[in-house]
Amino acid sequence: MPRSLLLLILCLTPVFGQAVDFVRDVQPIFVKSCNGCHGEKAQQAGLRLDSKALALAGGQSGKVILLGQAGTSSLYQRVAGLGEQARMPMGGKPLAPEQVDTLKRWIDQGAPWPDAASAAAAGIKKHWAFVAPVRAPLPAVKNIAWARTPIDRFILAKLEQEQLKPAAIASKTTLLRRLSLDLTGLPPAIDEIDAYLKDPSPRAYEKQVDRLLASPHYGERWGRHWLDAARYADSDGFEKDKQRSVWFYRDWVINALNGDLPYNRFLIEQLAGDLLPNATQEQKVATGFLRNSMINEEGGADPEQFRMESMFDRMEAIGKGMLGVTIQCAQCHNHKFDPITQEEYYKIFAFLNNSSEGSLAVYAPEEEMQRANLFRKIREIETELQHRTSDWKTRMSHWEATVKTNQPNWTVPKLDIDDISTGGQKYIIQPDGSVLAAGYAPTKVRVKFTLRTKDTNIRAFRLELMNDANLPQGGPGRSVKGTGALTEFEVEVAPASDPKKIRKIKIASATADINLPERELDAIYFDKTTKRRVTGPIGYAIDGNDDTAWGTDAGPYLRNQPRKAVFLLAEAIGDPQGLIIDIYVKQNHGGWNSDDNQNHNLGRTRLAYTTSEQPKADPLPAKVRELLTGTPRTPQQDQLVFSYWRTTVPEWNEATRQIDELWRQHPESESQLVLAERDSLRQTNLLMRGDFLKPGRAVEPGVPAFLNPLPPNAPKNRLTFAQWLVDRQAPTTARSIVNRVWQSYFGTGIVATSEDLGKQSDTPSHPELFDWLAADFMEQGWSLKKLHKQIVMSATYQQSSQVTPELLEKDPNNRLLARAPRLRVEAEIVRDIALAASGLLNPRVGGPSVYPPSPEFLYQPPVSYGPKIWKEEKGLARYRRAMYTFSYRSVPYPALQNFDAPNGDTSCVRRSRSNTPLQALTTLNEPLFIETARALAQTAMREGGRTDTDRLTYAFRRVLTRTPEAKESTELLAMLARQKARYAGAGAHLGEVQAWTAVSRVLLNLDEAITKE
Amino acid sequence: MNTTSRRWFMQECGVGMGALALHHLMAEAGVSATASADPLAPKKPHFDGKIKRVIYLFMAGAPSHLELFDNKPQLAKFDGTLPPPELLKGYRAAFINPNSTLLGPKFKYARYGKNGTEISELLPHTGKIVDDLTIVKSMSTDAFNHAPGQLLMNTGNMIFGRPSFGSWVTYGLGSESRDMPAFVVFSTGKKGPSGGNSCWGSGFLPTVYSGVQFRNVGDPVLYLSNPPGIDEQLQQETFATLKNMNQLRLEAIGDPEISTRISSFEMASRMQVAAPELMDIRQEPKHILEAYGAEPGKPSFANSCLMARRLVERGTRFVQIFHEAWDQHGQLTRDLPINCRETDQASAALVTDLKQRGMLDDTLVIWGGEFGRTPMTQGGNDGRDHHPNAFTMWMAGGGFKPGVVYGETDDLGFSEAKNKVHVHDLHATILNQMGFDHTKLTYKFQGRNFRLTDVHGNVVRELLA
Repeated sequence: MPRSLLLLILCLTPVFGQAVDFVRDVQPIFVKSCNGCHGEKAQQAGLRLDSKALALAGGQSGKVILLGQAGTSSLYQRVAGLGEQARMPMGGKPLAPEQVDTLKRWIDQGAPWPDAASAAAAGIKKHWAFVAPVRAPLPAVKNIAWARTPIDRFILAKLEQEQLKPAAIASKTTLLRRLSLDLTGLPPAIDEIDAYLKDPSPRAYEKQVDRLLASPHYGERWGRHWLDAARYADSDGFEKDKQRSVWFYRDWVINALNGDLPYNRFLIEQLAGDLLPNATQEQKVATGFLRNSMINEEGGADPEQFRMESMFDRMEAIGKGMLGVTIQCAQCHNHKFDPITQEEYYKIFAFLNNSSEGSLAVYAPEEEMQRANLFRKIREIETELQHRTSDWKTRMSHWEATVKTNQPNWTVPKLDIDDISTGGQKYIIQPDGSVLAAGYAPTKVRVKFTLRTKDTNIRAFRLELMNDANLPQGGPGRSVKGTGALTEFEVEVAPASDPKKIRKIKIASATADINLPERELDAIYFDKTTKRRVTGPIGYAIDGNDDTAWGTDAGPYLRNQPRKAVFLLAEAIGDPQGLIIDIYVKQNHGGWNSDDNQNHNLGRTRLAYTTSEQPKADPLPAKVRELLTGTPRTPQQDQLVFSYWRTTVPEWNEATRQIDELWRQHPESESQLVLAERDSLRQTNLLMRGDFLKPGRAVEPGVPAFLNPLPPNAPKNRLTFAQWLVDRQAPTTARSIVNRVWQSYFGTGIVATSEDLGKQSDTPSHPELFDWLAADFMEQGWSLKKLHKQIVMSATYQQSSQVTPELLEKDPNNRLLARAPRLRVEAEIVRDIALAASGLLNPRVGGPSVYPPSPEFLYQPPVSYGPKIWKEEKGLARYRRAMYTFSYRSVPYPALQNFDAPNGDTSCVRRSRSNTPLQALTTLNEPLFIETARALAQTAMREGGRTDTDRLTYAFRRVLTRTPEAKESTELLAMLARQKARYAGAGAHLGEVQAWTAVSRVLLNLDEAITKE
Repeated sequence: MNTTSRRWFMQECGVGMGALALHHLMAEAGVSATASADPLAPKKPHFDGKIKRVIYLFMAGAPSHLELFDNKPQLAKFDGTLPPPELLKGYRAAFINPNSTLLGPKFKYARYGKNGTEISELLPHTGKIVDDLTIVKSMSTDAFNHAPGQLLMNTGNMIFGRPSFGSWVTYGLGSESRDMPAFVVFSTGKKGPSGGNSCWGSGFLPTVYSGVQFRNVGDPVLYLSNPPGIDEQLQQETFATLKNMNQLRLEAIGDPEISTRISSFEMASRMQVAAPELMDIRQEPKHILEAYGAEPGKPSFANSCLMARRLVERGTRFVQIFHEAWDQHGQLTRDLPINCRETDQASAALVTDLKQRGMLDDTLVIWGGEFGRTPMTQGGNDGRDHHPNAFTMWMAGGGFKPGVVYGETDDLGFSEAKNKVHVHDLHATILNQMGFDHTKLTYKFQGRNFRLTDVHGNVVRELLA
């Protein structure tokens, strides 16, 4: 029968009732035209049509087959080319009309699909890491006596399979040093060693484990690990690499680990702490994780471009550090190897995209107490006023009536910004007509705003300084404290018909809602001139003097309020034919270095004009003004209005004075970069090739189809995303962290590629163990401390690291763990061991980063892009643990960099472990290492006993925990004797110190000193 | 350690005490507890390459191609007028409104060499070696901010975290030096480069491949000198005792990593001798010092160029000098001559010196910045903004065709008009000269084979002799 005839018949024949046979009619279509992209090898859009269960379950956009309803089933719509979406098969030949019809009828008939004709859903091999882990049964082993813990069963089973035997248990000193370095990053002290060696209890080892897990240094050691993944650094990166204040986040990590915050909570708070109900300061600080991205404020950089770079960086950090799956390839295209599509990448992106990037004023716990006290006292004074004045409500509403309508009308014009005048600072126009300064912040700038109007009789301009969540501490300025200063406000006009005929307009007077007494600029604004530069009342902005400015820094907390000023013109201006008005906003009160945090610029500002006569700056705070609309207020809002109103009541002057005095006791804050949710939704678009200038179709928040589904009906925000990430069914989250903890102990993860558990990852060395550990971790409440204990209590962990040539040959990379690993410790611990052994270590936990000795020239051009701050510590801060060293991304601290510490450019979950001559030079010659050698010498002489042998043993144990072997003692004592002889002329004590310093230096430079054995 | 196992170490692991003395500048322990093959051992590339070494004079901040190499009479003619609107379609600039007036070249040109190649009057020394240069006028990049631009030029990608050119080369070829790092970096301009440390970082490659920063005054390498109170005799005794002690531990515990540590200390000891010797340019004859314009003890671009030559003579694979000084948004007429005075003579002397020593055949000298500058003016009439569409670089030696000018820009020097060479193409071409198929010099990370040229790059055969 000719084909066209068949078609005709098919079209004409009523087809209902004519049963479609799946195997005969439908499956061939799937096999030929669909399964290439939606089958065993690939599951585009998460859809699979070779398995009944999966096909009926649908893809990432939901069900594609609605039983009995072909018309609304997207499978039918897509192959029929109905609707807006691309016709399927994508990029292939459309199905023949009769095939489309077959599919339609099949669905309408309820999509009957015999089970026998389906690839069994359970039989379909998903990549192992994309299936949620379940506790594997413990394998049988022969040497059951050796296996102390479940870990040992898995390890031993494999060893027995390979016909290997585990190594003997390590010596007690080796074990204690290993355990101390692993759990706290510090070697054991002499008394700790002695206590352990003397403890006859069968639980002696476990007691040490518990002691070390409870140590505050545990949080430091494991916190540093997390900070690698969190790409933590104390500077912005890129060329200016300015200092940033993020150590509250670092301390949050340490405290969270010390408190054993469950890992699922640990992740949720970092991704969405701000969205938790009644979020605490700590929970908001935790979002600093997302803000550890670099910031480029080089002149001329487009803030949106680098916001996108930060977004990509966040995605990578989440992928590597939390999800354990490489996702950033999908930034530009569908992932080649893992089933994540580009669209899915931007779906995750959309969860994070609706954020502001500012900083928060943060306080230490004692300061929080102080603040609470302060607020309570103020409240008491105000309550007392209210008690004394029974009719205060009536009086306040009278006052409200008088001020409610006393403001003129203001017109907010559209502004043009002169690009050259901004000196590289960018302005982002906001929907309310205000402009937000962003990007590079020149410290001296005269910005020109231009407006064109046909309005006449313009008498005054108003400049509002506004808060914005993207400004430091909410603004209104751009300085590190969120303040700004207005040096001069100037107006020039020209008729639109003759733009060159420019005329300066004199400003007759100015008013503001805050006029502070004159004060000299803070030291950070020093501009290397001898001029006396001050801030003060608003008159300073119209006095023609570049050394004076209007300042709004009313002290901590109060400085971050919106403010406003009104400039009354000496003459009314306007031209019915059009007038060009140039407003010059001069901001000259920053420091000398625009590449440092020395700007003193206004942040978000809004300009308006009025035709009213004699307008003045509204003395009411913006928030209070907003509340006078007559709509019912909450008691808190009433209180806010009262707090302003009481300042206007003359008989309450004394109370107001007392309150002002209390405000002066408000502690200064630190600041912390945080992420906060925006009020209005920001649309996310797929970016073609990852280019922010090429937005593609809009994308809704969502998750990749190959991972666990989102909880149904949850709001599509960051919090939901975070909760999804730590769901019990999330296949990779627990595995990812368990693998990295394992990697830290044993040198290599169970999967060697710890940044990626996807299809391109290395094969797990012990897959069942891996699943068991990950499942156990989740079932034990995501407790990292329990995981650590699980590992260190194992016989596997407690083996000796001694190695034989035979074993090296059989298992050179020690993946089978027939011995303990022997690993050079991480960069920070190299330094910490020297500090601790020498007795110099300052064990303080947390606080601002410090500046141990470092060559000054590193922080000056031409090595550094600009001069950087490095105030070498002279006090005890010099001897803080290495993790507190101030970290500039562009100038890494050399003694750490040489030992492979990452610099925070990108998330790092696996450090290199190199062994180089630069390391040798560092431990031999670097000033602080020399100090530790000298200090160890003195400590040994002071506390090590009276004989050289005793002292040597003492110093040796401080560094290496064990006592020296005879040959070692001989070697070292011989060196000591030679040095004593050489330095005999220096005087008995001094010569002695020099000789012991030489020996101590050898001890601290031994391979074993910086190795976990 | 017993005799059998000692022999085993020497034969099977290649880390016997004797073998350790060779090719062990640095050794990466990696994930393995054994001393795997030395990551810096000299390696053979994919095919025989012409280039063994690279000296890259990185003119950070982006020199103006319009004042130095790419003479545009039309630009002079239209000085003070607005550029044609179609030129600016889709164009973004860093600081200026692109619709700014054109600015004619601020300096004159002169003709040099056999072909009468035009070179700025500011570069007389470069003019004299023009017959040795391959000048590419049609360079093009994707970035117009410094840090991303420098990263793209140095790592093939605008974002941080990728290995630098020098580290790829070191990864691919290993080191020929036993007492100097394989990849050395100097910084000589007004300040450090915008891309910072990442310009010579190893990214996700093992850290042994990252560039080592040298100063050109004092200790070239940090912590090289014995600290105060430690004299040479004590230092030598310390090395000796350390070696004995580490040896005892090696015998007790058998970890070959200890051998590597011993060799690291031996190398450190050699560096303590070799590096000061390298830095001592007083050893150079007077005519060489004068040719470069180098003065012993006075840090300068010229000194670094001379040290670069001394380094490559000693087997260093890749030397990069960052001279960050070229960002002339304003004061072009004041600052450009200063920059040229500081760099022109030494750059030319380096090429001549290498040639006289017969080293130019297998050494490549590269000169250039991260992008070009706008034909439009910035702020008045004495500055130019960042410009990615076109800029000039030159190469000398290493099998590049000498005395050639390749590529053209349009009449205003705004865009490349003929024979575009993208940054990726340049990388591909140089790697080709080193013996690498740039698509095959890869490193697997995060489940993907990464390369310097990402998914781009074509070898520009026309540049090659």
